[in-house]
Amino acid sequence: MNPNYSVATHSSSSTLATNKLIRNTYTLLSMTLLFSAGTAAVGVMMNLSQGMALGATIAAIAVLWFVLPRTANSAMGIPVIFGVTGLLGLGLGPVLNYYLAVNPSIVMTALGGTGAIFLGLSAYALTTRKDFSFMAGFLMVGMFVVIGASLLNIFLSIPVLSLAVSAAVIMIMSGFILFQTSSMVNGGETNYIMATASLFLSIINMFQALLHILGAFNNND
Amino acid sequence: MDWIQIGTAIFLGAMLIFIFPRMRHAVKNAPKGSNKDWLNYLMIMVVVGLFIMLLIQMV
Repeated sequence: MNPNYSVATHSSSSTLATNKLIRNTYTLLSMTLLFSAGTAAVGVMMNLSQGMALGATIAAIAVLWFVLPRTANSAMGIPVIFGVTGLLGLGLGPVLNYYLAVNPSIVMTALGGTGAIFLGLSAYALTTRKDFSFMAGFLMVGMFVVIGASLLNIFLSIPVLSLAVSAAVIMIMSGFILFQTSSMVNGGETNYIMATASLFLSIINMFQALLHILGAFNNND
Repeated sequence: MDWIQIGTAIFLGAMLIFIFPRMRHAVKNAPKGSNKDWLNYLMIMVVVGLFIMLLIQMV
């Protein structure tokens, strides 16, 4: 076989695989976002308690950590990812209820803002095809610090620290969206279910942080 | 402190324990970015920050 032809064929099949991965990821992401919006609406209508919401979130994270990695390469991964995103959506119930009571435009603005940031960052990473893998260490350290600060603030209850954490979460989740999207483009991630889970978590965390910031600066208090 | 705060604290503590080895692995093994790479990321974050300020003005 002509070596040049072989290289061209390999490159072409690799591009096709990347395109398929991106298409599958965004299709699954759209479906899981719609599903979690539905479960969040159920959580709002049922007036879910904070305890139930915390339980749903813990269950979702447990499944995400311990079940999804084992099922992501099989057909079982699809119902598992819908289970995780559905539970995370359900867990948003009390937060959404609170902000809908304060000012419903906060929820709509946070939703639109999160969507715009996600689309902008994804489009940037997809069109430039830049490699953001250098950010892995920084993002993980940032995540660790943010979780540590949130834990500390449960005991300290400092409003400014809470706002700073939300601002940091938006910056870190923006970084994760760039990192994950470039990872799909450059071959670091080959499983669309794991890619969907990562992007979904970035979106939902960013949405909650944006809700908090917009709620704090709301003029209609 | 109510039981929801205690539950949240335990949950966040568990997340820290779970993330720590992954963080150490990522710090040790991730490729190093150039100044240009970091400047690029900083510029993107400035744009995101400005957009959020715009959103704050809107509510």
